[in-house]
Amino acid sequence: MDLNEKLLSSFIAFEDKVNVNDEVHEIRTAALKRFEQQGFPTKKLEAWKYTSLQTLLKKDFSIFPGSKSALEYPAVRQYFLHETETFKIVFVDGHYSSFLSETTHDGVDVCLFSAAIEKPKYKHIVDKYFNKVADQKDALTNLNTAFANEGAYIFIPKSKAPVKPIEIIHFATGATPQILLQPRNLIVVEENAEVQIIERHQSLGGVEAFTNAVTEIFAHKNARVDYYKFQNDTMDASIVDNTFIEQHDSSEVSVHTFSLGGALVRNNLNFYQRGSHINSIMKGVTMGSERQHIDHYTLVHHTEPDCESHQDYKGIYDGRSVGVFNGKIIVDKIAQKTNAFQQNNNLLISDTATVNTKPQLEIFADDVRCSHGCTIGQLDDDALFYLQSRGIPKKEASALLMYAFANNVLESVKNAALSKRVKDMIAEKLGVKIGFEL
Amino acid sequence: MLKIENLHARVEEKEILKGINLEVKPGEVHAIMGPNGSGKSTLASVIAGREDFEVTEGSISLSGEDLGDLDPEERAHAGVFLSFQYPVEIPGVTVTNFIKAAINESRKAKGLEDMPANEMLSKIREKSSLLEIDRKFLSRSLNEGFSGGEKKRNEIFQMAMLEPKLAILDETDSGLDIDALRIVANGVNKLRSKDNAIVVITHYQRLLDHIVPDHVHVLYNGKIVKSGTKELAFELEEKGYDWIKAENE
Repeated sequence: MDLNEKLLSSFIAFEDKVNVNDEVHEIRTAALKRFEQQGFPTKKLEAWKYTSLQTLLKKDFSIFPGSKSALEYPAVRQYFLHETETFKIVFVDGHYSSFLSETTHDGVDVCLFSAAIEKPKYKHIVDKYFNKVADQKDALTNLNTAFANEGAYIFIPKSKAPVKPIEIIHFATGATPQILLQPRNLIVVEENAEVQIIERHQSLGGVEAFTNAVTEIFAHKNARVDYYKFQNDTMDASIVDNTFIEQHDSSEVSVHTFSLGGALVRNNLNFYQRGSHINSIMKGVTMGSERQHIDHYTLVHHTEPDCESHQDYKGIYDGRSVGVFNGKIIVDKIAQKTNAFQQNNNLLISDTATVNTKPQLEIFADDVRCSHGCTIGQLDDDALFYLQSRGIPKKEASALLMYAFANNVLESVKNAALSKRVKDMIAEKLGVKIGFEL
Repeated sequence: MLKIENLHARVEEKEILKGINLEVKPGEVHAIMGPNGSGKSTLASVIAGREDFEVTEGSISLSGEDLGDLDPEERAHAGVFLSFQYPVEIPGVTVTNFIKAAINESRKAKGLEDMPANEMLSKIREKSSLLEIDRKFLSRSLNEGFSGGEKKRNEIFQMAMLEPKLAILDETDSGLDIDALRIVANGVNKLRSKDNAIVVITHYQRLLDHIVPDHVHVLYNGKIVKSGTKELAFELEEKGYDWIKAENE
């Protein structure tokens, strides 16, 4: 049985476990129908021209992970940003781990999607927001919606901010050797509210995990959201991350994506501006090695005047890795005075690495500032020799130049602990220890 | 200290150095002069270990240690320093962080711990004042947007920090106004000692008014064709290089 059939037939089993008499389930069944018609995306689709899921889809993924496997904190400590200074919503093989989590309902709600869709007091929020910004035309998003049951639920009411950042972490333990995970996150940030979120998917051991995640974020007037995606999974794990962001007047949302690990990584990052004076920020550092395939597909839709978007993605590709950047910017006719900036710079470290970069601008307004630039280059031999001649060995010198290359993005990470963690992850990926803080 | 014997080097198929012999003793300053294209900068790069050049014959040694098989960083650890004619701009790495990395990598190669932060700081203070470099300069990205004078001062600052046995100054005077030239030359002179040596590569004599050489060599067409004392530099300044060319055609 192929994965497609397996998914459709297991929907009946899924219905035994969830409430089938609510609006959420109506949305699920409609989404399943759409997925049934669409099937998994293939390279024939323009948006999937450079990325094939075929090899991945041949695996025999289990769709409902077995019973909970216990994880002790010391064994996974290294994957958390901080032991006490963050809220944590933690899942182990798709199941919520209350033991590893630290949720809150103190002024803000940092808890579970499964709880939110069950409890009457959250019903109006769920009905108002669930699947309202997610793309109904996207097959994988529909697939996630069809099975949507677990993930993070974050609600920050008007003028509130959680006292500390929130970590969302998904572990795959290997209790099930091939596992499909479909977390669903719903994040609502009301007027003048703020939140900082760090998301991570981590396989432990040789588990072949395939994550198809969907996150919906709603940022209301003057809201500020800083979202950090740490993608440093094992070379057996793959992810398609679908993130949809709706922004209202004068809100600012930034998403940083650090893609260092994983076999196949596809990030669909979509910003929909629904107001004026909005700022949408997308930044990324990607480091591919071996046979990794890392694909960023971004969309910003400017629908009102006086808004901004800033994209800056740095890619460093070694080994036989493949990188893709596709950045789509749509500026509606009414969206005058839009300032849209897009930058994608790439370094090819080996002769066998590949990068495909494609800006896609659809501009219907006439008074806008839109700029885009993409570069593909190599490490500068003159710079390498200069550093070596000062006593810095070639490996460290190369690493230093790569840091310097990614520095614009690294500098924009606001939280110091986060910034250090990202730099440590990069150093680890490069296998070097540079004797100073950049 | 530095001993170069019958050095031949080429880039791709073109032979640039055609049998160089040079011996520099501790405490000495040697000047290498010559017209454009004679091989001066190639000689500097070959001593520092640049891979673009292939040494086809001959040897280079420093204090008896053969440099031939060493990578550029290993030569730096052995005590070679090259002040670049065109220092490379590296946005995103500050002068301070760069010099810390350079010092600590050299220490690591010698099996030493990182230099303690307070020691590093006071050394940076001392050496930057020697070159009249202000604090703000140290937190700027390496060479990015630096004027010609700032770049060269920064090179000599690095030399001061790294304390090499052998410093090669490649066209350090080019792009300098008279004040910058004086600061750079003063810095170099203060770093001279009986234990280190300096090779000054220059097209013009003016730097040699400030950094007075013990020996002057003329490089032409890949060979040292004339050696003498500092008076030779004056002679070249007065007569140009045509007579050298004529003698060697």
